[in-house]
Amino acid sequence: MPEQNSNKNEWPLWEVFIRSKAGLDHKHAGSLHAIDAQMAIENARDVYTRRMEGVSIWVVESKHVHASDPDSSGAMFDPASDKIYRHPTFYDLPDELTHM
Amino acid sequence: MTVRDFQQAFDEKIDREIAIEPRDWMPDNYRKTLIRQISQHAHSEIVGMLPEGNWITRAPSLRRKAVLLAKVQDEAGHGLYLYSAAETLGITRDEMYEQLHTGKAKYSSIFNYPTTSWADMGAIGWLVDGAAIMNQVALCRTSYGPYARAMVRICKEESFHQRQGYEILLQMSKGTEIQRKMVQESINRWWWPSLMMFGPSDDNSPNTEQSMRWRVKRFTNDELRQRFVDVTVEQCNILGMKLPDPALKWNEERGHYDFGEINWEEFWNVVNGNGPCNKERLDARTKAWEDGQWVRDAALAYSEKRKERSKKETKAA
Amino acid sequence: MKNQILYTLQLADNALIYGHRLSEWCGHGPVLEQDIALTNISLDFLGQARGFYQHAANLFNALPQADKQGMFLSVTLEEKINKGENIDEDDLAYLRDGWDFRNLLITEQPNGDWATTIARAFYIDIFNHLYYTRLQKSSDLQLAAIAEKSLKEVTYHKRWSSEWVIRLGDGTEESHAKMQTALNDLWPFTGEMFRMTDIEKEMASNKAGVDAAALYNDWKQQVTTIADEATMQLPDSTWMQEGGKDGRHSEHLGYILAELQFIQRAYPGMEW
Repeated sequence: MPEQNSNKNEWPLWEVFIRSKAGLDHKHAGSLHAIDAQMAIENARDVYTRRMEGVSIWVVESKHVHASDPDSSGAMFDPASDKIYRHPTFYDLPDELTHM
Repeated sequence: MTVRDFQQAFDEKIDREIAIEPRDWMPDNYRKTLIRQISQHAHSEIVGMLPEGNWITRAPSLRRKAVLLAKVQDEAGHGLYLYSAAETLGITRDEMYEQLHTGKAKYSSIFNYPTTSWADMGAIGWLVDGAAIMNQVALCRTSYGPYARAMVRICKEESFHQRQGYEILLQMSKGTEIQRKMVQESINRWWWPSLMMFGPSDDNSPNTEQSMRWRVKRFTNDELRQRFVDVTVEQCNILGMKLPDPALKWNEERGHYDFGEINWEEFWNVVNGNGPCNKERLDARTKAWEDGQWVRDAALAYSEKRKERSKKETKAA
Repeated sequence: MKNQILYTLQLADNALIYGHRLSEWCGHGPVLEQDIALTNISLDFLGQARGFYQHAANLFNALPQADKQGMFLSVTLEEKINKGENIDEDDLAYLRDGWDFRNLLITEQPNGDWATTIARAFYIDIFNHLYYTRLQKSSDLQLAAIAEKSLKEVTYHKRWSSEWVIRLGDGTEESHAKMQTALNDLWPFTGEMFRMTDIEKEMASNKAGVDAAALYNDWKQQVTTIADEATMQLPDSTWMQEGGKDGRHSEHLGYILAELQFIQRAYPGMEW
């Protein structure tokens, strides 16, 4: 994320993550402005869950999000592309085996 | 990597339809164009709250009142999603407001027309939101990731807007003579400004070519305008109303409706500040902003005080 | 039965008129996120109003024709009733005149600045929270159901307005002064919440209504706790405005109704 121009009168920016239903991950929904975490959660409830989109909310102040550098994405992510053993279909198992 | 390499990598991504994300390298002009377009879009949502907000207190039934309120609230939400998308490009919301209030940034001219009857709530939903949706659906695949994601969210929510508008007109068109008259009068006023929403014709749209190349825009103004006319004619027939254009006629050869010449003089006048409500709309936005300054300052001051106090408490402990 | 209807209408009118006032903020809030929050609250009240009006309309329609006549002083509504037609939520909201409205005076007070809106919300929300908590146990199951649903909403409202009282009270010098003025100015409208009319007394004794007078101590204590945290002083004046519950209103209600009812009045009998 590029540095936000500093404007001391502007409320801080927060990133909002919503769990849409029990059992699922929190997913990035968007961002908003709030003075503190409490208000950010409440604003997120009003802004991002007006249509019952969520059962749980995380907020984190945007300046605390550290992102990987896209220009080194080769080093960061390509090594995983040949480690297919992390995927369940890698394993050749008998057809009669179920529930696995 | 040199700038040229970066440029080449960027161009390749665009060609391969890979979304550009905030931290990716991008040409300055791409960034500028996006900031201009996204903030203009955000401002349109926020200013667009005013003409409809105007009727919230006068809605003719409790159901209509609730729906209209929820709809105008959605527009606030859409403005917020878009401001957030623009903020990923390194501009703050306050800076964008500043540009709006000083007239440096534009917003959709349609909102500079007055809402003078209840039927306008229907016509805006049907025609104005209908035209906006044409644009927005195309933008769901725009090349800048945060913008595209905001648009996906917005499009999901927008579909109810057009439906509620059309439902208002349908209900009225089944009603009394005076209600039908109200509907027709409203369509007469909103039809041409709705067509203008797609922007200048392609041969007069200086930014279109570059925006198409960057896949910020996916269709030209004229393409989208034609698509809108084609779908709207049939919807109008169902209402039993007439679109106010004597030149409107099916063209078998083109497979599209022909329509009359847009009054571009009016278009440019409204864009340049001479619309019926330009001043009112900007004044209302500026007033809300200025009246809110002490509130925003107070909340911030409170949060700073609280941080100070908790620091002291931690030290004392 | 008549009192049950009038009692239900009082609850409905409170929610409608107050929700209407809040809806005036839509598009004009001090910060976008709060514009959205306030509109949510307005929508909550509108939903509550509809629930209460629908219930009142059902109760009314079940009355024998003779009992229906003369309940309202509004010409248009009486005409409809005299024709033997059923009435609905919109007839009650749009066709009654000011003297038939039973909302508290505080709900019709103008929005003023953000501090005034917050002070009004603060007094109302803490009251509503206590009130709906009791109303959940109403012997009128419809009222109980509406209260149960509404309680979730007002729990949130109460938190929202209390937090704002604290932020403004303990914010800047300017906000401190504005918050104090707003709390002072609206104070005389709080007494009416706890003053029981004969209708309310009857409803409370049937276990269908709430004994509002009994809520005062809890209300005062909660309001004081928040005010303290906000570095605010609650006024000690005891003179209170009243009349809303009996249909005697401030000048503001007339203007609210002129807007609210405009279309129904200008184009009577049409479907929208």
